[in-house]
Amino acid sequence: MSVTTGGIADRAATGGAGGSPLRAAAARAARRAPLADGAHAALLAAAAGSVFAVVLLLVYETWRGALPSLQAFGLRFFIGTEWDPVAGRFGALPYLVGTLTTSALAMILAVPASLGAAVYLTEMAPRRVDTVLSYLIELLASIPSIVYGLWGIFVLAPVLRGLVEPWLIAHFGFLPLFQGFPFGLGVLNAGIVLAIMVLPTIVSLAREVLRAMPPAFREAALALGATRAEAIGVVLAGARPGLMGAIVLGLGRALGETMAVTMVIGNSNRLTASLLAPGATMASVIANEFTEATEKLHTAALIEIALALFVVTFVLNGIARLVLHRMTKGVRDVAGAA
Amino acid sequence: MSPARPDAVARRTRLRQLADHGVTALCLLAALVVVAPLLLILAHLVRAGGAGLRPEFFTHLPKPVGEPGGGMANAVVGTLVLVAIGAAFAVPLGIGAGLYLAEIGRGRMATLVRLVNDVLAGVPSIVVGVAVFGLVVVPMGRFSAIAGGIALGILMLPTIVRATEEVVRLVPQSYRHAALALGAPRWKVIHQIVLPAARGGITTACLLAIARAAGETAPLLFTALGNRFWSTRLDQPIASLPVMIFDYARAPYPDWNAQAWTGALTLILVVAALSAAMRVVARRNP
Repeated sequence: MSVTTGGIADRAATGGAGGSPLRAAAARAARRAPLADGAHAALLAAAAGSVFAVVLLLVYETWRGALPSLQAFGLRFFIGTEWDPVAGRFGALPYLVGTLTTSALAMILAVPASLGAAVYLTEMAPRRVDTVLSYLIELLASIPSIVYGLWGIFVLAPVLRGLVEPWLIAHFGFLPLFQGFPFGLGVLNAGIVLAIMVLPTIVSLAREVLRAMPPAFREAALALGATRAEAIGVVLAGARPGLMGAIVLGLGRALGETMAVTMVIGNSNRLTASLLAPGATMASVIANEFTEATEKLHTAALIEIALALFVVTFVLNGIARLVLHRMTKGVRDVAGAA
Repeated sequence: MSPARPDAVARRTRLRQLADHGVTALCLLAALVVVAPLLLILAHLVRAGGAGLRPEFFTHLPKPVGEPGGGMANAVVGTLVLVAIGAAFAVPLGIGAGLYLAEIGRGRMATLVRLVNDVLAGVPSIVVGVAVFGLVVVPMGRFSAIAGGIALGILMLPTIVRATEEVVRLVPQSYRHAALALGAPRWKVIHQIVLPAARGGITTACLLAIARAAGETAPLLFTALGNRFWSTRLDQPIASLPVMIFDYARAPYPDWNAQAWTGALTLILVVAALSAAMRVVARRNP
């Protein structure tokens, strides 16, 4: 009985005195809307939360996996030079050094070229040329790293072995950097391949930064009688933080790059000063040894390297994005050049 | 400053003009240096990989060492399977998160999600592989297509989230106002007005993310592993083009190396097809 009365009362309340079915339906819809809205918002928030959850899971899992190694070696892990899975002794210094030297080499080669290209595209190139070159640079960014590696092995290595490295040894062999045998595969090869890979990242971000610079910089300089090159100097000085951001994002890509480097660096954990010698990086040792690691400590040591890579790229990207965000007033690259 | 003598001024001007031309030339040279590797790589790719690009490459399985012929049919299909698994969860989650950031999220929470998404975009792909190994492969007890697909999906996610947010923000505010004024609830406004208006951009973003993921090798090494045989089972190791190229490139057999180039050319064609589709979509929905 009471249920029926409740139902009648309900209908009377929503349908109104007139009780027209249309108004009743409208009222029902209006009553349901907040509920549907709430559920819908919750669903979208859950999707956003999943991004959060994924990152937390990645952090948790690398930390948990690295724990045995963290406990066994502590910070000595990063200054030890011995990597002996059989004896269970692990020191990651050779890989740390490998990552730093290949990335530094890549940046030395890539930064001047990319900044020059970005200046050319924004300040000098006719619109047509800008469009075509920008498309080509985008294309360069879309080549998978495995293809760069393949090119490094079969095209770049023979050139380095036959031409470049003998020349370097003959003329600069007195420097420790260029001593040894011309292997073709080694730190130099990895640095060059990495440089090619970070070019599109830096060029497209630097272009965004230069585009976002107020024209007043250039115009003021030109009005004072500056040549175009001098005016560009003024623009570049103003854009410096943003350009640094672009370079740091490129560096982040170089540090974490795995496959191309693994293929061309020669994979040796001997520490040498020579760029011609084979080496290894943090990412390449994980790629090479992870599936073969049977000892628990060996796996943990490799995961600790992954954790370190995670932390370093996290910090670098955080800084770079903060700076870039300020410089381009929140205009982020839709294509995700970074 | 004392006034300079006229001929000194002229000399200085000439020098400055010279420097100006020098800078222009250097910048042009830099632009050429940036584009040159692309042309070198593509040229060699076509020359070295083109010869092997025959139908049987796509229909045959890999042959044992020493036997000529054979193809990478299993790897081509494997890559498609892996990418499909990744997209199956990254696309809905990514679009949902992007919509949340553009339409609903406010204040600190949204900023945090945005920051975390940027962090995810910067995580080296090998780290994702290591983590998915611990999260999926170890509990399952074996390498599997599922694990590989999840790793690829995680790599797709940040691109989709970021681009969806940006594209949805470009939908004019008047569309929302008009729909709300007609009495549509918020969820209907988002789904029937905003989402269709942004469809082109979102599709572009998803294709870009998928194209990138299709070329990834590092996260598959210890998740999907690789497989020299035919397999479409999701709970078993599965072949993929990038991993197969990696194995074939390192092998000491010239005919395997040649096949690696053909595989690389195929991979590039797949990526190029996806980005061509992207451009068509983008042009149709500006």
